Amino acid sequence: MSGISHPEAAARFVADDARAHWHDQALWWVRKKRDVASSAVPDWEALRDAAAGIKAHTLSRIGDYLEEFERNATARGAKVWFARDAAEHNAVVHGILSERGVTKLVKSKSMLTEECHLNPYLEARGIEVTDTDLGERIVQLRHEPPSHIVLPAIHLKKEEIGELFHQQLGTEKGASDPKYLTEAARQHLRRRFLEAGAGLTGVNFAVAETGGVVVCTNEGNADMGTTLPPVHIACMGVEKLIPRLQDLAVFLRLLARSATGQPVTTYTTHFHGPRREGELHIVVVDNGRSAQLKDKVFRRSLACIRCGACMNTCPVFRRSGGYSYGFIVPGPIGSILAPGRDASAYSTLPFASSLCGSCSDVCPVRIDLHHELLAWRQEIVKRGLLPRSKRVAMKLAGWVLRFAWLYRLAGWLARRVIPALPRGLVYARWNTWGQQRELPPMPRETFRELYRRLRGRP
Amino acid sequence: MLTVGLFIPCYIEQLYPQVGMAALRLLERHGVRAEYPEQQTCCGQPMANSGCNADAAPLAARFLRVFRGYEYVVAPSGSCVSMVRNHYDQFLDGQPGFDHLKRSTFELCEFLVDVLKLGEVGGRFPHKVGLHQSCHGLRELRLGSGSERRVPGFDKVRSLLQRLQDIQLVELQRPDECCGFGGTFSVNEEAVSCMMGKDRVADHERAGAEIITGVDMSCLMHLEGLIRRERKPLRVMHVAEILDQSEGA
Amino acid sequence: MAAREEMLAALRHNAPREVPLPDSSRLGVQFPDPVRQYVESLRSVGGACLLAADRAAAQRAVADLPVYRGARRIVSLVPWVGQGNVDLAALADPHDLEGVDVAVLPGELAVAENGAVWVDGRSLPHRAVFVIAEHLVLVAEARQVVNDMHEAYARLAAREVGYGLFISGPSKTADIEQALVIGAQGARSCTVLLVG
Repeated sequence: MSGISHPEAAARFVADDARAHWHDQALWWVRKKRDVASSAVPDWEALRDAAAGIKAHTLSRIGDYLEEFERNATARGAKVWFARDAAEHNAVVHGILSERGVTKLVKSKSMLTEECHLNPYLEARGIEVTDTDLGERIVQLRHEPPSHIVLPAIHLKKEEIGELFHQQLGTEKGASDPKYLTEAARQHLRRRFLEAGAGLTGVNFAVAETGGVVVCTNEGNADMGTTLPPVHIACMGVEKLIPRLQDLAVFLRLLARSATGQPVTTYTTHFHGPRREGELHIVVVDNGRSAQLKDKVFRRSLACIRCGACMNTCPVFRRSGGYSYGFIVPGPIGSILAPGRDASAYSTLPFASSLCGSCSDVCPVRIDLHHELLAWRQEIVKRGLLPRSKRVAMKLAGWVLRFAWLYRLAGWLARRVIPALPRGLVYARWNTWGQQRELPPMPRETFRELYRRLRGRP
Repeated sequence: MLTVGLFIPCYIEQLYPQVGMAALRLLERHGVRAEYPEQQTCCGQPMANSGCNADAAPLAARFLRVFRGYEYVVAPSGSCVSMVRNHYDQFLDGQPGFDHLKRSTFELCEFLVDVLKLGEVGGRFPHKVGLHQSCHGLRELRLGSGSERRVPGFDKVRSLLQRLQDIQLVELQRPDECCGFGGTFSVNEEAVSCMMGKDRVADHERAGAEIITGVDMSCLMHLEGLIRRERKPLRVMHVAEILDQSEGA
Repeated sequence: MAAREEMLAALRHNAPREVPLPDSSRLGVQFPDPVRQYVESLRSVGGACLLAADRAAAQRAVADLPVYRGARRIVSLVPWVGQGNVDLAALADPHDLEGVDVAVLPGELAVAENGAVWVDGRSLPHRAVFVIAEHLVLVAEARQVVNDMHEAYARLAAREVGYGLFISGPSKTADIEQALVIGAQGARSCTVLLVG
């Protein structure tokens, strides 16, 4: 896997200043909506505690809950499949479709299937896959990945979407009114729903007690896709399990408010077994999750309910965009998950953060995101993946700071030499700080010297 | 008389000594004897935040050696204090004196408010001031409630500033968004760091601030760098400087 | 079933030491006037709530709705509300529901904090009706309004939940430049009738 340099990708994003600010404002607005929604819930912080506790408990007994889920789901007539990795997941899904001669599949949002690269796998085997979430359909038509897990097309302007629809759906040239474009998408996707042989969804929550899966959407696309075609395939990571039906209340009160600022999604559909004359297949996937479960620090981020709040609040994500992370899940949570998959390729992601901590404070399940980012930095250094120049710089700095006399000497030299150098030399290319900022003015005396002069030797 | 160890962060020691002196005078004026142990260098945060724990460990050990034994340790910096309270466990857990150090190291404003129980600091500061909520102070030390959480509102730093006579604290669009300094982040992700900083400055400018203040000189150093390069009509002052100037006048 | 055995073994082996399930009994919100809160919540998500004193009033209210008056194909699964002209039970294929203008469906309970109505799948001969219809009318009793999701699930747990869903307002999307568009791929409008 080729690596991504977040700083380089981010610099390109920032270079288009107007667009970067537009992107930043759009996501800040979503963060503000989350603030308003959460303010209306008096027990918001207690809900976060409960959600964190339920997830921690579930993960500590995940084997039992998975078996309970399988038992109950099967008793209700669903078929439960197990996939150890992406390859097995893709093979299972393909197998279900090909055995039934399905050539047209409609899909609603599932980050898991993106993680497994399901679409290209199926398309290579002659199955037409239509992503039916409007944002996902837009990026699918552009042959792009989503740039945000909840708002897939947040990086696109309506004019660009209008041009795309004009080319591919036959809308009027130059038309960019969101209502008009959404209507065109509705008609286009309706045909796909009516023609599909199967519908695939993700799973927001899987309830062990009842063997049910819950899917939360706003558009109605998941419900169109699961009520028309007779075959429903629901793909879930093992961490989606929760113990009981009543636990849904905690998560459903947190999810939409955190994601988009709505009190709840338009549709919260509970599937227990197939419909009459239909089939329900539930594909339970590991793909690195059991390995993550082993890690004392990073297991906590398995609680993630994929709300995207961390992305919306992250000042770095807002100013660099999802594509700067090079991973299907970007932003703070993505920067923890990605190195778990490939620490070398994604070694810059945990450093794509000022560790401001805002993400941790909006996370509905209280994942200590910024602490886990720091933990990844330590891990990356331990594995020798930090660029040599940075390693050397830190070693040098650490060494100088260990000896008071050396530290004072270094400081003295800096304060004498830098003001004496010509500006062109000081602010040359090598001085990254100085590209857009002045260096701090060098004082004549250090605090120690000032203190000695004014207070005497301590 | 209460004696504290004065912890002067490395960049204040080298670049902003007047902030250290302001903190010292402030403490002295409120009946505290502040000793400055000269052997201190750096808390090790830049190394630790880069993941280079091996390089930070000796600095943590040094810090404990220098400051062990003080009843309190006070620093005009949220991030350095957070390093000691929240991130030194991995280096010093179990060491004699560490437990006490962890519990008794304070950022200056929280020391004034929580330990000295100062309701206010006297004096006049007739200026329009924008308060920058440095992230480590806000979210790691909980100097304030923050915009993300649904808890009863409080703000220790603001509470001291707003009682100064004739001060006008301006209202920002984004009251506690990060300035983009983030230590080595400011250099490793220079483009985003500067965009973040410029956006902060613009927020303060639009709100009519003459002075941007905060508890972390590192944030202010970054904002000042941007302000001076763009020749904006703003300046930065550490909270200690504002409080000291008002009281001392 | 090697995958199943291997996954369960890996999950059990790697799981942390057990921690107890927290006590969630003190969570929740109580509104002084849940019905009024429900009306406001539904409005805030783009729906509309009509209060009808009795069944006759409910019937009149629905008949007066512009979307109903203009409707050609109507499904009504609430016998005393609306005149349906599409017999769902007689329909073999849910695909034939395309083009239904209004669907009047029964709700079991309504949630004040978020404007949702619980629709039980057992009342739907074809599930697709709630999403394929252009406009939705949901009928519930005012006494079925609960404060929040905790109360909702407490009521649902009492009966076995099969296929069912919470519907909160009309379908919507903000995927194009965060501009809210009501009526995405499901119902373009959602009217809830609270009776009694």
